[in-house]
Amino acid sequence: MPEVVVENVHKSFGALEVLKGVSLSVGRGEVFALIGRSGSGKSTLLRCMNGLEKINAGRIEIAGHALGGDARALRKLRTDVGIVFQSYNLFPHLTVGENIMLAPRIVKDVAKAKARDVAREVLQLVGLSEKFDSYPDQLSGGQQQRVAIARSLAMRPKVMLFDEVTSALDPELTEEVLTVMENLARDGMTMILVTHEMGFARRVATQTIFMHKGKIWEQGPSAALFADPQTPELRQFVKSDVK
Amino acid sequence: MTLKTFGLDQFGFLVFSLQWTILLTVIALVGGGLLGFAVALARTAHLKPVRIAAATYIQVIQGIPVLMILFLSYYGLSLAGFELPPLCAAGASMTIYASGYLAEIWRGCIQAVPKQQWEASESLAMTRLQQYRYVILPQAMRISLPPTVGFAVQVVKNTSITSIIGFVELARAGQLINNATFQPFRVFLAVAVLYFVVCYPLSQLSRLLERRLHAGSSR
Ligand SMILES: Nc1ncnc2c1ncn2[C@@H]1O[C@H](COP(=O)(O)OP(=O)(O)O)[C@@H](O)[C@H]1O
Ligand SMILES: [Mg+2]
Repeated sequence: MPEVVVENVHKSFGALEVLKGVSLSVGRGEVFALIGRSGSGKSTLLRCMNGLEKINAGRIEIAGHALGGDARALRKLRTDVGIVFQSYNLFPHLTVGENIMLAPRIVKDVAKAKARDVAREVLQLVGLSEKFDSYPDQLSGGQQQRVAIARSLAMRPKVMLFDEVTSALDPELTEEVLTVMENLARDGMTMILVTHEMGFARRVATQTIFMHKGKIWEQGPSAALFADPQTPELRQFVKSDVK
Repeated sequence: MTLKTFGLDQFGFLVFSLQWTILLTVIALVGGGLLGFAVALARTAHLKPVRIAAATYIQVIQGIPVLMILFLSYYGLSLAGFELPPLCAAGASMTIYASGYLAEIWRGCIQAVPKQQWEASESLAMTRLQQYRYVILPQAMRISLPPTVGFAVQVVKNTSITSIIGFVELARAGQLINNATFQPFRVFLAVAVLYFVVCYPLSQLSRLLERRLHAGSSR
């Protein structure tokens, strides 16, 4: 049983069709990279997978939940699917520890002491144990993004979605976030990530998907896809990234 | 009263009446705060009819003078057979007036919280109620402090309008004393000073909160 199934998904914003029949299937522990030009529908696809956007047609199943149920079913799905955004989106009025403990406490009714243990554990995972009592605005961008990842992990998700999580970061800070993600992948997390880091996609992703004009234009094992692009569009895209 | 001069007794009466001004302000802010908070939430609700109803309420309240709200609740209800004591009519009118403005101020504050905060909390499987309670309102409340305190200053001054229906607050007390003393300059100077003594610290507080908000960035 794949952990993520997307079947012939269509999504429009008004008259603009952004996803034009997208299908993919991600096995447990696999890492998929979504690449493609800006505007090709990568974020929209990711946001459809946790119900932030409603699809117009098709089917999505993720971590054993089907999208399209009522609000309660959607929340159930979201406890098993974490998402991290480009802009971190930490809660600025809460400390790092409180950011991480909030959802487990109020959504999953985890006891306070237990939630604190989990928070310390995931903070250690992202290498920020000493920041438990800091506020987000006291952290660098890279640190904030690692806290955002830790906050998602505290929910014990089965699938993690990442939407260009390093695009707002300087190169040195990008590295520390990519390292965290690489460790996650190595520990067997099922991951789908939109990224501009071609080197990272090639090295870490089991499969890479090239999206173009709302469709999956090309897909394959990462090494093969980058080494030998089949379409002129991907060839062009890979070339423009190298320079 | 026979003709008197403006002395300590008269000043004491003004200070006594200031209590009614303050009481009325407190009623308006507490009552208007509760009602306005509900309307602000309705104004940002998911359901469109609820949003429209709340928007209409705000438009109507802001579109008519406080004086008309006051006349409607005082004379209107007494025509309909309900005799409201002036304090009730004044309190109810100021509550309605304040609710319309506070709702609009707070709607702005709720909507000033970035939509990414909604998305992040929603993605963590929170219910809408939990999103408001733990993520959105704490941030909105912080933003709302300076304009809310600023509005309180307006309320203090606008309570003077209730003198029209015979409610004896500070402004009305000034009129009464002036009628007895014919020393308008002294009397109303004293009245103005008393308003100032209440409003000035509030304005300063509002300004201080605003500066703190800018300096302390996001937290
Ligand atoms: N909420 C929205 N409303 C209208 N158009 C949108 C919305 N979100 C995205 N789009 C449009 O959909 C297209 C795909 O966007 P997106 O999925 O963000 O692309 P990518 O992440 O690949 O850059 C773009 O043309 C974008 O302008
Ligand atoms: Mg995008």
